[in-house]
Amino acid sequence: MTQLALNKNAGVRRSTLSVVLKALLYVVLIALALFTLIPFVWMISASLKLDREVFSYPIRWIPETFHWENYSLIWSKVPLITYFKNTATIALLVTFIQTLTSSFAAYAFAKLRFRGRNTLFICYVATIAVPWQTYMLPQFILMRSMGLYDTLWAIVVLQSFSAFGVFLMRQFYQGIPTELCEAARIDGLSEYGIWARIMLPLSKAAIATLVIFTFVGTWNDYMGPMIYLTRDVNKTIQVGLQRFIQENSSDYHLIMAVSVCSLLPVSVVFLALQKYFIQGIATTGLKG
Amino acid sequence: MAQTDNRLLKRRKTRYERKKELVAYSFIAPNFIGFAVFTLLPVLFSIFLSFVKWKGGAFSTMEWVGLGNYAEIFKTAKVAEKGLGYLFTKVDLGIALKNTLFYTLITVPLTLICAVALALALNRAVKGAVGFRTVFFFPYVASMVAICVCWRFMMMKDGPINQLIMAVGINYNKSWTADSAMAIWSIILVSVWRNMGYYMVIYLAALQGVPQDLYEAATMDGANKWQQFCHVTLPQLSPTTFFASTMLIISCFKIYDVVKIMTEGGPGRATKMLVTYIYDEAFSNFNYGIASAIAMVLLVIVLIFTLIQFSMEDKYANN
Repeated sequence: MTQLALNKNAGVRRSTLSVVLKALLYVVLIALALFTLIPFVWMISASLKLDREVFSYPIRWIPETFHWENYSLIWSKVPLITYFKNTATIALLVTFIQTLTSSFAAYAFAKLRFRGRNTLFICYVATIAVPWQTYMLPQFILMRSMGLYDTLWAIVVLQSFSAFGVFLMRQFYQGIPTELCEAARIDGLSEYGIWARIMLPLSKAAIATLVIFTFVGTWNDYMGPMIYLTRDVNKTIQVGLQRFIQENSSDYHLIMAVSVCSLLPVSVVFLALQKYFIQGIATTGLKG
Repeated sequence: MAQTDNRLLKRRKTRYERKKELVAYSFIAPNFIGFAVFTLLPVLFSIFLSFVKWKGGAFSTMEWVGLGNYAEIFKTAKVAEKGLGYLFTKVDLGIALKNTLFYTLITVPLTLICAVALALALNRAVKGAVGFRTVFFFPYVASMVAICVCWRFMMMKDGPINQLIMAVGINYNKSWTADSAMAIWSIILVSVWRNMGYYMVIYLAALQGVPQDLYEAATMDGANKWQQFCHVTLPQLSPTTFFASTMLIISCFKIYDVVKIMTEGGPGRATKMLVTYIYDEAFSNFNYGIASAIAMVLLVIVLIFTLIQFSMEDKYANN
């Protein structure tokens, strides 16, 4: 009897404990979520204030009056449209070239036999480990001598032929049974036909991953455009924003408004496709 | 007769084989040409550049100096005279190495601890798990310039962060990024904030792979939640932790964007990092040889970690 009561007691204690733990878990999660979101909230809040209100004491999270005119003011101060157009052009071109050429090359590496296959592939793998920062200078010298300095093409060729894309696609193609290719060959498909009609449709998931990461990576790239693009007509949104910050360093409210604008496109892409982001990282896990 | 047949067959076969090889090369070529010109060639060129003195003018102004650039960045003569302490307190390279190492040593464990904690929390039946996951991952896709400038403003003298810590009772009212003691911490904070969501996703994937029967066995043996965490979850996660930490170490050694936007390497040399040093020598001072020699130091460090990762990958794969 006493034993039973004790057990019951322990049960009650354990369930209250688990409720407390669960509550604690939510408290910690919500606190961390706030910590993660606060810069974005502050950014939006500051972008709707007057510059002297930005650092008011105590801080006001919700502006007294919403100064929406900040957002119309910035369009006359910064050539945002040009920046967006340049960034979109680069990002789309890079994503297209990168995805097309690396899936093309990856098919040969995964499914065709030819002399020098291993040597060539080792070249790719070896450069994945080499940080771009160690060869950005010789690359710059080369591009300058080719007349690509201060053109959008510099960033396009810089980003389009990464070893990472080939590596990722090859890994995926290796998982596709070779028998499929052989059956197609017997049916009279050429190698190009096999790539287009069998490999591409089967590798949608890998291509989605590559497309998203290339697009977002190129959109957010800062160091490349900073080195190569000097004239305002060529600037991307990242270096354009940086220029605006340097030239209007105390217009906090306007800087924040431009920042919010610069974040919007990628945020939309991310929210729409986040499933693929998560899957991409979980399956490949690599992109340093 | 049979012999000629054979020979004919052979010749036809080689022609067929050659055609097959050409097809294969045509697949590789579009990517490989771009890759060879814009990546492979520069990589080799950068090794060469580290042995010459060059200000970037005509190629004829290049001057072979052997290990001269390395002697220059390590200030070998001075260091030999005054000891190793001189390297890490006075020499640019030593300071950049020290700062980068300090940044890495703090950022890596902090990021991984936050990532594991978040992954463990979200791996349970939590309401709104997808929403939380989205929130934590979002900083990773947000562009650096916007978020770094926002953090810099928030850490200003009268900014919200100082207001918060004053409210807690800590008396501090300087701009973090202008204070040589705090500047590197501001960079660490932003880095952890940005990367923890990414590694959380990796850990979440790893947690799904932990066999459920291990927990059942542990429960049967009377292990409580904490013991299960220490003796089941952590060991099962150790390959992931290993790969995540080498990846993170390598990316920490390449830190640039955050530093450039938040502190420009300052105040003084307080946040000078390896890559900021390379950038300054290459694109501000036009010391192409020196910049390439520093780049080689970075390359060697990154290669060491990559090799460790490769060898451990074999070990884990064999187990």
